Amino acid sequence: MTLNSNSSSSPNGAPAIRIVDLCRHYKMGEALIRAVDGVSLQIQPGEFVALLGSSGSGKSSLLNLIAGLDRPTSGAVVVEDRDLAQLSREELAKHRLRTVGMVFQSFNLVSRMTLAENVDLPLRFAEVDRGQRQALTRQALERVGLGARMTHRPSELSGGEQQRAALARALINQPKLLLADEPTGNLDSHTGTEIMNFIREFNQSLGMTIVMVTHERALAERYARRMILLADGKLVDDRPNTAANASLPEEQR
Amino acid sequence: MKTYDLSELALRNLRESSLRNSLTTIGISVGVASLVAMLSLGIGLQKLATRHLAKSGLFDTVVVTSRRDLRGFNREDQRSTASAAESRTLDEPARQEIESLPDVLEAYPDIRFITELRYQDKPHLTMVSGIPDSARSNDAFTGIPGSFFSSETAPEVILQKSFALELLGKTPPPGHEDDIPVGDLAKPLLGQELTMRYAQRVSAPESAQNTPVKSGASDESESDAAYSVISREQKLKIVGISDLDPDSMRGAARARVFLPLKLAQELRVMQPSDVRDSMRGFSKQPSYSTVSVRVKNPKNVEAVEQAIKKLGFNTFSILDATRSLRQFFAVLDLFLGIFGSLALAVASIGIVNTLVMAILERRREIGIMKAIGASDSDVKKLFFAEAGAMGLLGGVVGVMLGWAIGHVINLGTNIYLKRQALPPETFWSVPWWLVGAAIVFAFIVSLVSGLYPAARAARLDPVQALRYE
Repeated sequence: MTLNSNSSSSPNGAPAIRIVDLCRHYKMGEALIRAVDGVSLQIQPGEFVALLGSSGSGKSSLLNLIAGLDRPTSGAVVVEDRDLAQLSREELAKHRLRTVGMVFQSFNLVSRMTLAENVDLPLRFAEVDRGQRQALTRQALERVGLGARMTHRPSELSGGEQQRAALARALINQPKLLLADEPTGNLDSHTGTEIMNFIREFNQSLGMTIVMVTHERALAERYARRMILLADGKLVDDRPNTAANASLPEEQR
Repeated sequence: MKTYDLSELALRNLRESSLRNSLTTIGISVGVASLVAMLSLGIGLQKLATRHLAKSGLFDTVVVTSRRDLRGFNREDQRSTASAAESRTLDEPARQEIESLPDVLEAYPDIRFITELRYQDKPHLTMVSGIPDSARSNDAFTGIPGSFFSSETAPEVILQKSFALELLGKTPPPGHEDDIPVGDLAKPLLGQELTMRYAQRVSAPESAQNTPVKSGASDESESDAAYSVISREQKLKIVGISDLDPDSMRGAARARVFLPLKLAQELRVMQPSDVRDSMRGFSKQPSYSTVSVRVKNPKNVEAVEQAIKKLGFNTFSILDATRSLRQFFAVLDLFLGIFGSLALAVASIGIVNTLVMAILERRREIGIMKAIGASDSDVKKLFFAEAGAMGLLGGVVGVMLGWAIGHVINLGTNIYLKRQALPPETFWSVPWWLVGAAIVFAFIVSLVSGLYPAARAARLDPVQALRYE
């Protein structure tokens, strides 16, 4: 994979993500749930942002809106100069395919497929040639240290290995944006650290913009450079991470 | 997604839950098999029926009669078109004119008469007909015990089986004529002699030398139409016996003894039309009651019939007779096809069920695929491809199964026929177009069955689907 490293700002200086008065409401029976309720914020290219909040605060809903998995009730989500609210379903699919990569708490690998097939899947959707695909898949899995486990199924792997495979899959189409929803939620602290180091590496060496949802304040403080706090669908706090050396790898501290 | 990747992924998915998918595919196979078996039975029966008709050798024959002849074949037709074209005498110039029409191979006068044939001093009365040399290749005369006439004027006869039975004094009950093989009849009859007694028509000047039996000359004339009739005898050698009934189109008037046409012409046997013509008194030269026209290709029969009608004659062909038969088989095929398709319709519900189940089961997987960039149409195509693959596979297996079923039915029927001492028949035929059509039909039915599940899978909300465990 060849990404030009450290393109921390786009040429015209536009933000990677611009969210304006964003709302996502839905009905659950009689009650109207305001999952995201009037959030406005901007994220610059190359930033590492943590979305913090207790469960039900709307942080995952916000991430899904940025990912183009969900549509806002009102407001705008502009990613790479395109308002996702205005895109067709096909264009949104293309956005998920090319612009963003996602990792989830529960890994979300297709259990019936081998690791290689899982990582290969976005390349198929992107209609990449067969020969090229094999090389890219191998490269991506080797990058996360799973080169020897290509033909294994997810159930044969540990949680950490599964999440690494999910990372390889998220990066296979070289997106500019990595969205992580509680990436270490199902992992012990050691493997969690391993995953977070990969994510930080992508941020620093590849210049990817990272938005990570977590409820662990300590994790956010250790890795993110900016922390946004949500409560009841509203943005309550947004500030740079003041913890020293937050952006440096652990062993260098 | 590229087509190759799509089909690969679809086949991979089908292999995953192989039991359920193979059961569904078997369902389609059974449906296709029943369709193929039913239709091939219909086609086979039709072929059987038309084969028997074709063996009569008259599919390429048009029978022409004069409109003046009240005993023409198409009386209604005669009434309706008599005024449209001038009615004409069916004589030698007319025959030549018909023969020169496009697509006409030959036109020969139909010479037939009822006469007495003596065999071992016993008289037998029957219809005798002259047949042209071209009938040599007719199915009715190829492969028969004995041979065709050695020449166009040889004093030889070919007997129809029923007449051979009569000569030998064997009279099986009606419908059981086939019980006696024609070969058994040939042994005692081939090479034997028949004596035919007939009435010869002789022109008036010559008649003095002979014994006049009956004078049919018209009162007022010294015209060519004046003639005498003399009783004659002709010895004929039996050279062949035909199992089939080549003259069956004539119904009750069909001939059971066949002479070479040239010989029949030379004998100048008194024809029924001679009497009639002489009574009306317009005959300058002998006219024919009917002329048989052989057409180059059965396809042209209708066109030739039209052309001859324009000349002012009545026509009749076996195609007229088989039209209702073909209609019957079209309806039969339709019904068999509908019954066959019912099984396929049930199978298509099976596809819908299997795919809807697959959606429920793979809901999370669909969510994942959408989250990592699959578009609605990617998901839709994937389910489509799975339905299509099941249909295609089911179609291929079904055609083979249907072929086998038809084969077994045919075999069973022939075993039964053999026990009844009847010759074996092919009731069943699978033409290539049916093989292709059945597979394509199964494929299309499967795709249609996949429409709803595919649309449903494509509309799945990824956020909801990912939440689903």
